[in-house]
Amino acid sequence: MCLAIPVRVVSIEGDEAEAEIAGVKRRVSIALTPEVQVGNYVLLHTGYAIGVIDEAEAKETLRLFEEIASLSMTT
Amino acid sequence: MKFIDEYQNSELATKLAQRIADRSTKPIRLMEFCGGHTHAIMRYGIRQLVPKTVEMRSGPGCPVCVTATSDLDKAIAIAHLPGVIITTFGDIIRVPGSYSSLQQAKAEGADIRVVYSIMDAVEIAKANPRKSVIFIGIGFETTAPTIAASIIKAKKEEVENFYVLSLLKLTPPVMKTLLDLGEVKLDGIVGPGHVSVIIGSYPYEFIPRNYGVACVISGFEPLDILLCIDKLVEQVESGKPQVEIAYRRGVKPQGNKKALESMNEVFEIDGADWRGIGIVPQSGLKINQKYQHFDADKAFPDLSLRAKRSNLEKEPRGCRCGDILRGVATPLECKLFGKVCTPEKPVGPCMVSSEGACAAYYQYGASYE
Ligand code: SF4
Repeated sequence: MCLAIPVRVVSIEGDEAEAEIAGVKRRVSIALTPEVQVGNYVLLHTGYAIGVIDEAEAKETLRLFEEIASLSMTT
Repeated sequence: MKFIDEYQNSELATKLAQRIADRSTKPIRLMEFCGGHTHAIMRYGIRQLVPKTVEMRSGPGCPVCVTATSDLDKAIAIAHLPGVIITTFGDIIRVPGSYSSLQQAKAEGADIRVVYSIMDAVEIAKANPRKSVIFIGIGFETTAPTIAASIIKAKKEEVENFYVLSLLKLTPPVMKTLLDLGEVKLDGIVGPGHVSVIIGSYPYEFIPRNYGVACVISGFEPLDILLCIDKLVEQVESGKPQVEIAYRRGVKPQGNKKALESMNEVFEIDGADWRGIGIVPQSGLKINQKYQHFDADKAFPDLSLRAKRSNLEKEPRGCRCGDILRGVATPLECKLFGKVCTPEKPVGPCMVSSEGACAAYYQYGASYE
């Protein structure tokens, strides 16, 4: 019910955007994420973008995983 | 980067699980609040990955499951009115009320349509100006702003025949209620990721402060959940519970400002009835006076009274959904589970909804403990 999936915004028109989901394009409302820009990933929930994904934080989390993995290699 | 696959790497998952095992010295009990987490935990076999010292319990985070019988009865009563089209999200139509279900009402001739988004409901209203189109608004803070935004839009576009029956619920108040009840002792809470995209992390501060319970907000991929459990174990082991975000690509401490503004614009806070828990103060969202034209409760007041009077609050016999939603029991403790009650012939809402704990346990049966 609270499912939200990451989709990439390819164009913006007013408070609607076109987003790409696994190669399929669909219209989503960006009324709740006015700051979104073309190329951003948003979390899509029931037709609405509810948040913009922070790519820097996403990379940082992945780096953290790698760090944990390399630490456990040495122990 | 697509923000999905990278967080599903099984090699990294094994390493994270190893780190949790290394850290964890004493038995602890964690509750995942969100039905989406329950589903992911079962699907990826996370219960088997984490050490035996870490016990996971499911919570009340499945909006379909926690919808009260009396509220369903009201929706069903409205569905039977002439000139009405009911629109709603999928799973709810199969949940039994005290004397019927929306699915049964549909079989009896009521016009009930499942929509993917509330925007579709507004479009149905525009296309059917002579009918009253009512959206059954279930969900938590994740969904509430989308409903608020569509009501604001409907007002702007003067869609006169669109109504919402708001059964929206808030998560921090029900967490407080569960902690106050104290039926199940918890050491940590896996915080709901997408609720938190909207509300941020501040509303959970009372959990460590007043109850000494750890709270870490998690994403929904397996590595996200393991990272969350790792942080929870670390907090419990060090005796320093706090609120942390383990889903930083989605959640900011302050949440989504625009979404919160939209909710404040349309709703006011009121008590709400939760299946298995009862009335929880300050845990529901009702449409405020400014937008009362869109409030199905106001537009169909007699009906809500009738639904209340006829409300026998019958729960399906033998069904332990209520206990499961409070984290007191697991689906395996229900005698009907998997025998009388299956996803094809569900007895209670926890088996009806794909996010319900019973459905998740059933679907991923191979990973029972
Ligand atoms: S298995 Fe079925 S009957 Fe038992 S608690 Fe779950 S939904 Fe209710």
